[in-house]
Amino acid sequence: MNLALKDIRHNFGRFMLTALGIGLLLMLVMGMGGIYRGLVEESTLLIDRIDADLWVVQKGTRGPFSEISRLARNVEDRVLAVPGVQHANSFVSHTIQREYRGEPLRLFIQGLSWPADKGEWLPLVAGRNIGQAHYEMIADKSSGLVIGDRIVLGKNYFMVVGITELMSSSSGDAMAFMTRSDAQSVQFDQSAEAIRNERAARSKRLEEIDLGSTNPQLFERIGGESAKIPALGSSIISSVLVNVAPGYDISTVAQKIASWPDISVYTHREQQDLLLRGMVDKSRRQLGLFRLLLIIVSAVIMALILYTLTLDKIHDIAMLKLMGAKNRVILGLIMKQALLLGSIGFVIAYFIGEWLFPYFPRRVVIINEDLIQLAVVVLLISIMSSFLGIAKALRVDPGEVLS
Amino acid sequence: MNINHDLALEAIGLNKVYGSGNTEVIALRNVSLTISRGEIVALLGPSGAGKTTLLTALGLIRTPDTGAINIGGEAVFKDKLLVNAAVFRRRNLGFVFQKANLIPFLTAVENVQLAMEINDATPREARKRAMTLLDYLGVADRAGHLPNKLSGGQQQRVAVARALINRPSMLLADEPTAALDSVRGRQVMELFRDVAHEQHTGVLVVTHDHRALDVFDRALEMEDGNLLFSPTLNHELADAKST
Repeated sequence: MNLALKDIRHNFGRFMLTALGIGLLLMLVMGMGGIYRGLVEESTLLIDRIDADLWVVQKGTRGPFSEISRLARNVEDRVLAVPGVQHANSFVSHTIQREYRGEPLRLFIQGLSWPADKGEWLPLVAGRNIGQAHYEMIADKSSGLVIGDRIVLGKNYFMVVGITELMSSSSGDAMAFMTRSDAQSVQFDQSAEAIRNERAARSKRLEEIDLGSTNPQLFERIGGESAKIPALGSSIISSVLVNVAPGYDISTVAQKIASWPDISVYTHREQQDLLLRGMVDKSRRQLGLFRLLLIIVSAVIMALILYTLTLDKIHDIAMLKLMGAKNRVILGLIMKQALLLGSIGFVIAYFIGEWLFPYFPRRVVIINEDLIQLAVVVLLISIMSSFLGIAKALRVDPGEVLS
Repeated sequence: MNINHDLALEAIGLNKVYGSGNTEVIALRNVSLTISRGEIVALLGPSGAGKTTLLTALGLIRTPDTGAINIGGEAVFKDKLLVNAAVFRRRNLGFVFQKANLIPFLTAVENVQLAMEINDATPREARKRAMTLLDYLGVADRAGHLPNKLSGGQQQRVAVARALINRPSMLLADEPTAALDSVRGRQVMELFRDVAHEQHTGVLVVTHDHRALDVFDRALEMEDGNLLFSPTLNHELADAKST
């Protein structure tokens, strides 16, 4: 006779309520793991999507995601001249925060080397790629922007022409993609007074350099946007992305470029490691420790619940002992309930999590490996937490029936 | 030691002391008694006389300090336990208490069959015998009900069925009718008598209730840890039987 199931059937409401509580607790443990996975996925998402073989960055820096990297734009042309380089695209990225419809809007802006890169590699769920050199952008769904939205960035209106899904930065900000020159004009946007000063400075610079005398028509364009006068505008980019031609060894090409004194080169894998071991590492450890604490709290709570359930049955256990029940009958009663409590709690945690996690502001990624790991942990917690109740039950004196 | 195999129970010189020094209480003083198979014996006496201590000692729940106990022709205690108490209890002893002590999450029939399943019977075999006993005790129609849906008398009958399912040599009852009204109390006492006589089980009933004395074959009295043969009590018993 399965006493554990009979007891649960008799106290079904209380048991399920307890399992729900355990389930909610386990959902938090599951969520912590999912937030960690989400953090890793968001951090490496862009690196994986871009899929560049090499990342060329400012000398001594760790790349555009770890710290500020400033490169002259002509590095792109220099890299292209290296044997074995198939493609080289400049990469600009920065985060902005603006007000939109009365709400703060944070965007992690990526500059695309338009027209070579129109964003074909982006996972669009609506709209289209960048179709013109200026004032168009692709935004992630998590930004809340929709196709046709017009948003002021810098001094210009940008229209949302495409929507991606699950493209967020490691800090959880929605990504937005526009041409590199637009991204730069947004990044280096200045006040009217600063622009007037810059125009005067441009004029002065043009007068002083050969370019002014060989290309006098540039004086007419001094008043234009920086993005439209690349020869005079700011030429700073974050990094250059390199794809190595088939048949060439990536490390050989990397070594060649790395020999230049003004840049550092990282492979795809190194760039990933830099992110995970640097930026994400502390968050990862913090989440890991918090997850561990939650597991300990869950174990303690489960042990107390099972102990209380056992105390409720002390008289019945005494009667079972008086009837000569073997210890395994009593042990089975408590252990089976512990395992059922853990199992049902796990299932509840899974389904509530599946329903709830998509509403979280940051990505929560639950993978099978983590689920299996948590299931094993829950199994161990269930067994260990039942020991307290079992120890109490085995000490029960059959004579307590008389009390 | 010669063991009389016709006896359901034989206790020789049982002693039990609780506490020590100023708090010492002598619960059993050289208590000896025998109960034959098929005999039902009443154990009476004031509170604190040692009745429950004697019952728990005979039931191997709390062992005496010294003495000897033979049950069903088997030596189980001689200054120390000679058998595994739990195993011996489930095979040879049945208990009924003031409260029925039914497992609240099991139905009447499950409560009864559990005792037999614990004794390694198959569920089918245990259920069949449980139903037979419930039928014998007049509560077969309540077999599928949980204890909280049974009256006090019905619960006590289920407890008796549970005590009998493993065909024990001895049935030990501690004030089994204390929670019942006089009519139901008498019914339960008569049930014990029928069980003793029809199933040849020795039955020892601790009771305060003198109104049902006529159902017993013999009456014993305890006082300050001593087991006494009370002529007054047995005259009372004889009178009750004759009326």
